[in-house]
Amino acid sequence: MNEPHHDSRFQRWFNRRGWIKITIATPYVWLILFFLLPFAIVLAMSFATRTPTAPPFSFGGDYPLLNTRTYHRLVEDSLYIRAYLTSIFNAVIATLMCLLIGYPMALGLTRVSKSWRNILLMLVILPFWTSFLLRVYAWMGLMGTNSWFNKLITSGYNYLVPAEDALRYIPMMNTNFAVVLVTVYSYLPFMILPLFANLEKLDFTLNEAAMDLGSRPSRVFLDVTLPQSVPGIIAGSMLVFIPASGELIIPSLVGSSSRPMIGRVISDEFASARDWPMASAVAVALLLLLVVPLMVYTYFDGKAHEKIKSSGGADA
Amino acid sequence: MKNVTRRTTLTAIGAALAMPYVRPSWAQSGTVNVYNWADYIGETTLQDFEAATGIGVVYDTYSSAEEMQAKMLAGSSGYDVVDHAGIDMPRAIAAGIYEKLDKALLPNWVNLDPEILRILAGWDEGNQYGMPYMWGSVGFTYNVDMVKERIPDADMSSMDLIFKPENAVLLADCGISILDSPTDIMLMVLKYLGLDGDTTNVADYDKVVEAFKPIREYIRTFDNTNYLNAIPNGELCAINNWSGDYATAAGRAAEAGVEINLAYFVPKTGAPAWVDCMAIPSDAPNRDNAYKFMNFMMDPEVAAGCTNYTYYANANIPSREFVLPEVLNDPAVYPDAETIARMWAPKPFSEEQDRAITRAWQTIKSG
Repeated sequence: MNEPHHDSRFQRWFNRRGWIKITIATPYVWLILFFLLPFAIVLAMSFATRTPTAPPFSFGGDYPLLNTRTYHRLVEDSLYIRAYLTSIFNAVIATLMCLLIGYPMALGLTRVSKSWRNILLMLVILPFWTSFLLRVYAWMGLMGTNSWFNKLITSGYNYLVPAEDALRYIPMMNTNFAVVLVTVYSYLPFMILPLFANLEKLDFTLNEAAMDLGSRPSRVFLDVTLPQSVPGIIAGSMLVFIPASGELIIPSLVGSSSRPMIGRVISDEFASARDWPMASAVAVALLLLLVVPLMVYTYFDGKAHEKIKSSGGADA
Repeated sequence: MKNVTRRTTLTAIGAALAMPYVRPSWAQSGTVNVYNWADYIGETTLQDFEAATGIGVVYDTYSSAEEMQAKMLAGSSGYDVVDHAGIDMPRAIAAGIYEKLDKALLPNWVNLDPEILRILAGWDEGNQYGMPYMWGSVGFTYNVDMVKERIPDADMSSMDLIFKPENAVLLADCGISILDSPTDIMLMVLKYLGLDGDTTNVADYDKVVEAFKPIREYIRTFDNTNYLNAIPNGELCAINNWSGDYATAAGRAAEAGVEINLAYFVPKTGAPAWVDCMAIPSDAPNRDNAYKFMNFMMDPEVAAGCTNYTYYANANIPSREFVLPEVLNDPAVYPDAETIARMWAPKPFSEEQDRAITRAWQTIKSG
């Protein structure tokens, strides 16, 4: 009977440091399984050669192991560069718009009574209970040339401009404007929620102190609230910017094909052109484009924090 | 509590990992896994098959040919019967996705239309791999009232209506939609330009790109599905689409109580024909049931049931007796002799052509 002995050894290990090890290892295992491993496959595939087989790529042939054709095309063909630029442009505009609309809303949430706050927070989250796709389709209906919404805006526009500039309708569907509009609408809660979480924790006595010292409300906001909310702004902006730049559904449904976004290009390369290596290369480049700035930011942010800590320590 | 040991943990992990491989043992007892286009089968076909054979149908649908191709190319799809576009069959056959059909297990094969088999044979020599299911043409659906309001003497059987800038500019505000499918529209444009639709000279594709340039700004969208909703709403007036989609759009408009005057034309300069076929993947887990299902689909009444519901022409000659007269006599569904004369079966593309056509298409779309 060595079972109880075995069991107690496991339990002792578990109680002493096993639990902590498991807790720390879980996110790493998750990351390796669901991020690093798939990414390694995509990276490897980007160096493969497109072939008429199933699956439609292979290694070897004229290019033993590495075929860098995909990356050559990535820089030579203006289509990809244009798509990256459109994606980043749309994502930046959408992030700024979300910030402009979301910041006052998040700040407002912290300044109302507890019961109101719960109701308003609920309203921010409520759209998530309807399918994202359905909400995009609703916008397609609204922006269509014969919709009441379009007719309303058009008649407002025609009222303002001279008669010879009157329009039959305002072209909204299949434009870049539609992509930004629907992106802002879809991702706004991702900006509001982290901002709210940040703003809620701020010490309001600091604002009171500033006001006691004679600051006008606008100065209090600029000197006290805004600098303290920078982590919230950054968190919210990341949550909006990163998915918005790789967005596929919104540009596919409401976007213009003359200004393709990178998500659409990846999908087209993968599906229509059956060029899996090319699609992989575009995806790898997108990841580098998004992750490298993020890592640089995290690095400098970490350094700045250390600095504040050490200088704060010296002051004390 | 049961002791957690290395042995019990390994057993649990082993059992969990083996789960996917357990599936065929029950699947063999009587199911067939079918993968088909969405809205592309009769209303009661699957129930009828289950009632007739006692075999359960696990039915999956796709909404884009690319989605299906990607899944089949990746392999191990687990399907027994797959609906595959005829024009893409050479690639699928070369990649070894499908098995050669055993015709001895398909007694209903005799019902098939030799003319459609002949077209399909252009992509599947000797009809070894695919059973033709539905077929049709590529053309243009027009919202007649909206077009006539802008161009009173419009000739809708001519592609001049779209490809002459002076016409396209007039139709731009009521909406032009082009199929996001280069193998359909680019071949039509080749014919329209007086070139060989089966050209192997990739430089000819550049001429198609040139033909699109002056009208590109007037095209609202490149799309294969959304027009089904946009047409009834009056959002589009000139739509490049497949026969059958026209009937579906008209049906949706009727459902919504919208009065709309639609007409479908196959351009007189020529258009490619398409044939969808059913095939059996070479790794099909329920091969026997796949043959039973395929044979059932060639039953005249079953085929007619599918046509009556989807408004697509089937490849089954005796089924015409059971097809609703308004479907059988609709030239958009079952084309008349004049329309058939305009259609041709495109030759399969070489790898080089495939690449060139894809590249040209990207240039056109993003132009």
